[in-house]
Amino acid sequence: MSHVFLYALVGVGLFTLGLYTLIVCAHLLRKILAINVMGSGVFLLLVALGGRTPGAIPDPVPHAMVITGIVVAVSATALALALMLRVRAETGRPRLPEERLK
Amino acid sequence: MTRVVEKQTLFRWLLVALLSLLAVGLGYAVLSLPTQTPGLSDFVTENIETSGARNPVTAVLLNFRGYDTLLEMGVLLLALLGVWSLSSAPEQSEASPGPVLDMLSRLLVPLLILVAGYLLWVGARAPGGAFQAGAVLGAAGVLLLLVGWRPGARFSGLPLRITLVMGLGAFVAVGLVLILVGRRLLEYPPPFAAALILLIEAAATLSIGITLAALFLGGRPEERPQR
Repeated sequence: MSHVFLYALVGVGLFTLGLYTLIVCAHLLRKILAINVMGSGVFLLLVALGGRTPGAIPDPVPHAMVITGIVVAVSATALALALMLRVRAETGRPRLPEERLK
Repeated sequence: MTRVVEKQTLFRWLLVALLSLLAVGLGYAVLSLPTQTPGLSDFVTENIETSGARNPVTAVLLNFRGYDTLLEMGVLLLALLGVWSLSSAPEQSEASPGPVLDMLSRLLVPLLILVAGYLLWVGARAPGGAFQAGAVLGAAGVLLLLVGWRPGARFSGLPLRITLVMGLGAFVAVGLVLILVGRRLLEYPPPFAAALILLIEAAATLSIGITLAALFLGGRPEERPQR
């Protein structure tokens, strides 16, 4: 049973790690990758917590939600990459215009 | 200048502290969950006979929570619309893909299509289903795009668009027909459930695969100019 919580905690760790990169890095590609890492953490957490059933068969509902989530994450990533390319084409830099630190 | 650097270091440490706090909180929340819970698996096991699929994940995806999957097909389509509205497909580079990639794609693409068909069929009773099959089909499309293949102008107009909306279309059509015959949205009558699920999954597989490959193309494919 402890396996479930090990995987779930790794999921929490991935989520936090992704959030850190999302905040710290200005490069948009890194931000997109960070959001993907965060999403993977959430998926890992969901799948792990679905394994807490008393029998051998895990709970299928979180698994189905994760399958749905993966496809949505892939398509959202594609849209984000297209937006990033557009930002680079417009401003010449793959990052959002910054407000100056005072 | 040093003031700014110091400020940034301070900000980072503050962030690390805050995020550690968040991680500890989340970890505590996870660990305080009950170690054993049936969740919704009992409901699924009880009703799986009437769902039309023996694989519980497929039963949840296409029957019990079919609404989710329907909307998700819509999300895929919206993402593609977004990508298409941002730019048209980049110019095809003239660089040759090299003999290895060329040969590999010739060997792999038919195999990938076969695997996609198998995954679609086996999804009714074992791990597999429309999403997995669609992803494999999408990979075949990506491989073809990598070696420089582009859909002919004849296919990138209406036929491509019809294939893209087919998954969502089949889903909505089945849902509407079921409403018209007096059932609720996506409440399949048990005798036809298996056939309806296979129909929707087949359409969804094609749509997902083609959508993923089209997303990889990164823009609206060139169309033949109207004459």
